[in-house]
Amino acid sequence: MDLNLSPDDVAFRDRVRAFLATELPADIRERTLSGTRFEAGDVRRWQRILHDHGWGAVHWPAEFGGLQSTPIQQYLFELECALAGAPIQLAFGLRMLGPVLMRYGSPVQQQRFLPRILSGEDWWCQGYSEPGAGSDLASLKTTAVQNGDHYVVNGQKCWNTLGQFADWIFCLVRTDGTAKPQRGISLLLIDMKTPGITVRPTVLLDGTPEVNEIWLQDVRVPVENRIGEENQGWTYAKFLLGHERANIAGIGASKRELLRLKRLAARQRRGGQPVIDDPDFRRRLARVEIDLLALEYTNLRMLSAPANSPSAGIAASILKIRGSEIRQALSELLVEALGTAALRFAAHPVADAADAEDDGSAGLTAAYLNLRKLSIFGGSNEIQKNIISQTLIGL
Amino acid sequence: MDFSFTDEQELLLDNARRFVAERYGFAARKHILASADGYSAAVWKELADLGFLALNVPEADGGLGAGPVETMLVSMVVGEGLLVEPFLSSAVLATRTLATLGSAEQRARWLPKLAGGELIATLVLEAGYGRDGHDAIRAAGDAGGWELSGRVPVVYHAGIADLLLVAASTGATPGEPDAVFAVPAGAPGLHLASCTTVDGQVAADVELRGVRVEKSARVGGDARLGLAAVVDYGLFALCAEAIGALDRTLATTVEYTKTRNQFGGPIARFQALQHRMVDMLMRIEQARSLVYLAASRCDDADGEERERALSAAKVLVADAARFVGQQAVQLHGGMGVSDEVAISHYFKRLLAAEIRFGSSDAHLGRYERRLSAG
Ligand SMILES: Cc1cc2nc3c(=O)[nH]c(=O)nc-3n(C[C@H](O)[C@H](O)[C@H](O)COP(=O)(O)OP(=O)(O)OC[C@H]3O[C@@H](n4cnc5c(N)ncnc54)[C@H](O)[C@@H]3O)c2cc1C
Repeated sequence: MDLNLSPDDVAFRDRVRAFLATELPADIRERTLSGTRFEAGDVRRWQRILHDHGWGAVHWPAEFGGLQSTPIQQYLFELECALAGAPIQLAFGLRMLGPVLMRYGSPVQQQRFLPRILSGEDWWCQGYSEPGAGSDLASLKTTAVQNGDHYVVNGQKCWNTLGQFADWIFCLVRTDGTAKPQRGISLLLIDMKTPGITVRPTVLLDGTPEVNEIWLQDVRVPVENRIGEENQGWTYAKFLLGHERANIAGIGASKRELLRLKRLAARQRRGGQPVIDDPDFRRRLARVEIDLLALEYTNLRMLSAPANSPSAGIAASILKIRGSEIRQALSELLVEALGTAALRFAAHPVADAADAEDDGSAGLTAAYLNLRKLSIFGGSNEIQKNIISQTLIGL
Repeated sequence: MDFSFTDEQELLLDNARRFVAERYGFAARKHILASADGYSAAVWKELADLGFLALNVPEADGGLGAGPVETMLVSMVVGEGLLVEPFLSSAVLATRTLATLGSAEQRARWLPKLAGGELIATLVLEAGYGRDGHDAIRAAGDAGGWELSGRVPVVYHAGIADLLLVAASTGATPGEPDAVFAVPAGAPGLHLASCTTVDGQVAADVELRGVRVEKSARVGGDARLGLAAVVDYGLFALCAEAIGALDRTLATTVEYTKTRNQFGGPIARFQALQHRMVDMLMRIEQARSLVYLAASRCDDADGEERERALSAAKVLVADAARFVGQQAVQLHGGMGVSDEVAISHYFKRLLAAEIRFGSSDAHLGRYERRLSAG
């Protein structure tokens, strides 16, 4: 056993650090580290920069323009990016659709879509959930009926993240209403500019229009935009959801938030002393740091296991549950550290207020509210526990 | 021992609930939240007509002189309906400040108007329970009167109040307010930076930059004991509000899980979710018991008994608020984080209840200092 990074991995990490030090634009960095709000422009710009320097997709194979890094290196890359204050890379194209295209897409589809995902030219969104189909995704009702060389798609999708910026959507649709639910689903790639698509924002509890309802009315989709075979979409969707394990725990983001928490707690005062010196608060800080440390090594342990070993399979669910819980716990502590100031929401900026030297604390309450989503989307924590009990414990 | 409410109290509860059901639905509330004032003057008038604003005004001053149970019941309904009108700020905190500390002249001048809803007042004080607070407002006395300086962040309803009752320290104990001054809205040197709170109420950071008031503006003499009692009473009302919100949160969640179908039937049939709702219920019932206990102690002459009961209640209310609020959102799935569904508004109200009137740390600390010997 040796729990130190290998010399190769250390060298890799140093290259990442050197790249970030010179190429991450200061304004983006500052926005990410201080703010908690999402900026679409930053995401686009950053993906462009990554791409220009060959870091566009560290997890992709070299033949598709990726860096073909090991799982540990992928993990290190994300960690360093998060700590340095880089914006997220959009998962929908890079982590979800990309690998599906590589595995199941036609060469034409691969050549058409993958380079534009890598460069950030195309913004993809995910059209799975429907009002009646959340956890029970296979009950989805949006239909696609073939008519010559097109499908005609009708239905409604919901909870569609950042679809307002999207150029394309990958959509699960029902192509056979008579088969068992899982057997009659296909995966279609749909241009968001196609007539018949209506996008309506859903405002979330923190006041942001982060997700959308999408109506599809007689939307014509070329048959060539179907992935793989008709009625095999469920297989592809499952592949897509199960693919990601290097960064599902969000260790990088949690470490960044832990640092934010320590900065905030050192600055905020309570009862005459900095919050960080308050023994009760310190204990909770220590506890969450321990939980994060454990998750970090659980994550590394799983990433070091051979890719097709059983422990790699169950990894994703454990990492997702604990990762979301720790992120949420950190957001709770940030609110606690703010004290009464956390009550202030959607504040009108005031130049002379004492709290105006703001390091993003105005957004911390909103972030706490918003991050409740982490245990709901992408397979809720209850569903993840069902998966663990079935696959790991065999219940 | 008797935990039941009298017939009159049941009637009060029914009236309050009927009012909320008729006048304060989700859409009506949304409209109020979006309005320029951030509260409804019409609703406020109706609350006055129902007598709710007179509960804490003594009979001698033209009010109802009701006891804690009445305030508790109305507060619970305020929480059930997520009212954003200043019941707690004006009809409990400010009203009780004047009733407890005010001179006969001050009471006669303001209390009838408060009871009638013609005047809105608020207490400017950071109820941090020693632990969470910043420095108090300072009051410097001279021959002509008093000069007030300092700042209190996020004072609920300060921006819509006609009268601000400013708790300040005259110097003897710098951190701890020992006096109250009546400052009219718009007084020179009074600066309000309005904001919306996380639970959608109007508030303001209140800053006093050398605000001058006359000697007669002082409400009572040494206000330390009186203020402590008034703030504990406000804490009690806040806890009762939270119980109302908690009840609705659980009921709404139970109802949702019975009607939301996934995998061929209602999600309420999953035992994982059933047990979660049982855990929610247990926390609410534990908190409710301590809020009832607080009702019987919040008027106590014995400050220690009162403080123990109130801090105990706040600790369990905060615990329930966090757990029940978070799990209610979780059990609603995506619906839980939507602004267009009531549950997220309960969640936010419960978060505010957790933060206001002292954190759990502060109240555990106060309880700890008063641990019973036996
Ligand atoms: C902010 C946000 C962004 C999202 N982005 C996208 C997106 O981009 N694209 C997309 O397609 N979808 C997206 N989703 C949808 C997300 O995947 C669903 O919300 C999720 O699958 C849960 O479905 P639901 O909301 O219908 O909840 P439900 O499935 O109705 O679940 C409600 C509750 O029941 C529980 N439950 C359900 N089944 C079981 C069971 N068998 N055992 C125990 N408990 C159970 C759940 O865990 C949950 O607590 C997003 C959701 C959110 C909140």
